[in-house]
Amino acid sequence: MGLLSKKDSRLILDPLADNNPITIQVLGICSALAITAQLQAAIVMAISVTAVVAIGNVVISLMRNVIPSKIRIIVQLVVVAVLVIIVDLILKAYSYELSKTLSVFVGLIITNCIIMGRFEAFALANGPWRSFLDGIGNGAGYGLILVIVGFFRELFGSGTLLGFKVLGDPIEKTGLYAFGYENNGFMLLSPMALIVVGIIIWVQRSRNKALIED
Amino acid sequence: MEHLELFLKSIFIDNMVFATFLGMCSYLAVSKKVTTAVGLGAAVIFVMLITVPLNWLLDHYLLQPGALAWLGEDYADYDLSFLSFIMFIATIATMVQLVEIVVEKFSPSLYNSLGIFLPLIAVNCAILGGSLFMQSREIPTLGLATVYGVGSGIGWFLAILAIAAIREKIRYSNVPPALRGLGITFIITGLMAIGFMSFGGMLTGGDEGGKKAEKTISVEKNNSQPSTIGNSEAPKKEKVIASNIKVNE
Repeated sequence: MGLLSKKDSRLILDPLADNNPITIQVLGICSALAITAQLQAAIVMAISVTAVVAIGNVVISLMRNVIPSKIRIIVQLVVVAVLVIIVDLILKAYSYELSKTLSVFVGLIITNCIIMGRFEAFALANGPWRSFLDGIGNGAGYGLILVIVGFFRELFGSGTLLGFKVLGDPIEKTGLYAFGYENNGFMLLSPMALIVVGIIIWVQRSRNKALIED
Repeated sequence: MEHLELFLKSIFIDNMVFATFLGMCSYLAVSKKVTTAVGLGAAVIFVMLITVPLNWLLDHYLLQPGALAWLGEDYADYDLSFLSFIMFIATIATMVQLVEIVVEKFSPSLYNSLGIFLPLIAVNCAILGGSLFMQSREIPTLGLATVYGVGSGIGWFLAILAIAAIREKIRYSNVPPALRGLGITFIITGLMAIGFMSFGGMLTGGDEGGKKAEKTISVEKNNSQPSTIGNSEAPKKEKVIASNIKVNE
């Protein structure tokens, strides 16, 4: 890769697996669980968070030498809040239905711990370009888990993916439903999101023993 | 009666952690010991008690469409609601600072037990979530907003207390190595959330509750724009709000 040095590309690749914000760093769980009943909402949320964390990281990184450390939390909150307002207005303008589905969870990106966590842990100590890559990497790692959870919940819960009826029509009994398959409505309820994430963590830690907690 | 109903609803049915997954980060991070969990839980109740009514005032006299009418005719059609995120979070951050200073001055012992948790709270999604739900569910009066804030805080307190107690016990169990720590905590929380779902029909009585549950499921199956349904209907009755909660998910 000509554009990215090896060190830089690690910034993007690490958060995807071994340093995943959700399953390893335990940041930003709330939104990961609440909006994953549909794949589409999960993807939009992932993109919004990635944009906010990447741009926010750059802004904080540019200001890192002028922010007095005592008020840095407030400064960070203001930067995030402004970015989230922009995301919210864009969503309302271009896909109103979806912004209604996400409801308060767009606003809750502000308190998404991934964003504050990356500001504190990375952007305050690194230059803008590296911070940008770090933001993209962590946003993508967050998005990856969201998409996996959203995929399983929508597939098993409603038998659709992105609204397409991939398993056939439950009312006209086509596809899988012809053989007596039923949707598992339980997957759409909130507790299942927790259990799906728990299983993802289980699988990941079984594959990589170094991550196991004592 | 209305107040009591909303109070119970925000503790059990609408539980911040189990129904809407707010404040999960600190819920998972600070629930290893019961004593610290109690400290953080108490701080959350305290901050919710202050910020939710304060943000209700801001929302009603500053941000809502037409809220500036008290300034005079000219201001009646201003709509500043797009500013609500930044206003709410600023209120929360400053209130947390203020509470920290006041508590430190007047009650050093309380400060020693709560103090270290207060800065954590500014970025706890349960606090901002409380204010945003208060706004989106259109809670009508200041009294109800206060009750809602305290109730949600107590609900969060209950949740973190319960999981901390379970985690202290589970240390002696033989959990599969890969599930230890985070994994098992997620699954236990999931099971607890299923348990809390049984509170769903608590305030509506048997038959009505059954119907409501059916309605909720059918809405979820349709799976389109779940959260809007109650909000657009101008929830005068609390019951409309109640049926929303699960739909919101």
